[in-house]
Amino acid sequence: MEYKLTFKDFNEGLKQNKLLGLKCKDCGTVTVPPKMVCRKCTSPNLEVMELTGKGKIQTFTICNVAPEGRDDEVPYTILLVELEEGPWIMGNLTGADPAKATMEELIGKRVKMSETKVFAGDKYSAGDGARPVFSLEA
Amino acid sequence: MRKVAVVGVGETKFSGAQGKTSVELFAEAATDALEESSLKPKDIQALFLGNVLGDFSEGQGMVQAFAAENIGCFNIPANRYEGACASASMAVRDAFIWIASGFYDVVLAGGVERAATMGTALATRTFSMFSDSRYEYPSGITFPAVFAMLAHLYSAKYGVPLPKLKEQMAAVSVQSYRHGVFNPKAHLHKEVTAEAVLSSFMVSTPLQLHDCCPFSDGAAALILTTEDIAKKLTSKPVYFAGLGQSSSGPLVSQDEYLPRLRAREISAKRAYDMAGLKPEDIDVCELHDCFSIASLIAAESLGFFEFGKAGEAWMKGEADIGGKVAINPSGGLKSKGHPIGATGAGQVYEIAKQLRGEVEPERQVKGAKIGMTDTLGGDGGTIVNMILQRGW
Repeated sequence: MEYKLTFKDFNEGLKQNKLLGLKCKDCGTVTVPPKMVCRKCTSPNLEVMELTGKGKIQTFTICNVAPEGRDDEVPYTILLVELEEGPWIMGNLTGADPAKATMEELIGKRVKMSETKVFAGDKYSAGDGARPVFSLEA
Repeated sequence: MRKVAVVGVGETKFSGAQGKTSVELFAEAATDALEESSLKPKDIQALFLGNVLGDFSEGQGMVQAFAAENIGCFNIPANRYEGACASASMAVRDAFIWIASGFYDVVLAGGVERAATMGTALATRTFSMFSDSRYEYPSGITFPAVFAMLAHLYSAKYGVPLPKLKEQMAAVSVQSYRHGVFNPKAHLHKEVTAEAVLSSFMVSTPLQLHDCCPFSDGAAALILTTEDIAKKLTSKPVYFAGLGQSSSGPLVSQDEYLPRLRAREISAKRAYDMAGLKPEDIDVCELHDCFSIASLIAAESLGFFEFGKAGEAWMKGEADIGGKVAINPSGGLKSKGHPIGATGAGQVYEIAKQLRGEVEPERQVKGAKIGMTDTLGGDGGTIVNMILQRGW
């Protein structure tokens, strides 16, 4: 059975500021990151859709110790965002001072995917990978 | 299904970067286990070995074959297990299954890792390989960052204000360091105060250096066999009463269940159900405290404390030796150390020694009859729980 939304296509979409996912034609559940089957009912009867990129912050951290090769990125803020279509996604936060990134300032706050950034890849990663970057909604 | 016993245990000192190879480290642990069991290399029918990052730490793949030959276990089947930090527990569980099923009578199971040898930058990179490489790593995820996000989520979900949670997390680290002082095999031997925890370097908010376990080198080995053989070898066989294993997808796909890890709850239930035991029956537990917050999450999922309340339990000494359940009398991953491919076998080593009453008096859980292990690979991708009990 053919994989409906591969990483390659998801990644190309993100690079064009499109957050792609899968909608289940049987139960309506939206699955992101893409999988072979619906994350709820396990049906493979899925269609590719574009998500709004809007959601709310469930949790975050400011990371001060980077993996090998990514030292120049610290400090950076990682988020888990609950998208308005339901699934959670990992991304970064922009436009907010890391020093002020407190639970009160961030958790539960509405965000929108404002841009994407590309990890260029390293010798282990089989190529590059984009991720969503979110901004707090006014 | 046949009963399965542990009849010999061995463990190297867990440490920072050191010069012995993985084969050498495992050989030391394995020969100690063999000696304790009174068995010989020729008696071992198979080797099941946890090893996660040997390819990166010393350019060594397929270490299990060389490890078997090195200790004189010639031409036996040798399997390597990789389930991130739960690798050795997978190996031990499979050894149990093959013996219980009647296929083998004597299996050597364990693990080895040189995580410290890699240094922080490469270790951080390779540990991040246990998150989703396509959909999470581009965001810069690291293992401290995973548990840091779970800490914030825990605070928000259970309404434990962050300063209070930080105090509770510090109490977890203080207890683990204190136990490690008395464990000669432990990587770290120092008392650390709550003030020192709270003033240590901020790794990934809100987790500070003393909230995080070290990268360690080390090995652990166990001899598993049948009840009949065990009775001939020792007056103190330690039996497996229940085992569970479970898996789950990437952190983001665990979504609304977080900060609880559903895989752990399923795995632990399997172990309890198989043993016919309950959380209140457990005297001593070695659980996966890769980070201080991870201890709270684990202790709640294992049923020792109510959700959102484990931190209070630690503050009151209920998770200490002499408390409701003695958690990590070895010093845990925090102080004993975390050579990831060996950690689960090291936990069984500790439980076996505790049940036999053979650890240092300062950290012996008096009269311990039933012990449990909890080993977490990644952020729930692999989880194994084992319940062991005295056979005398």
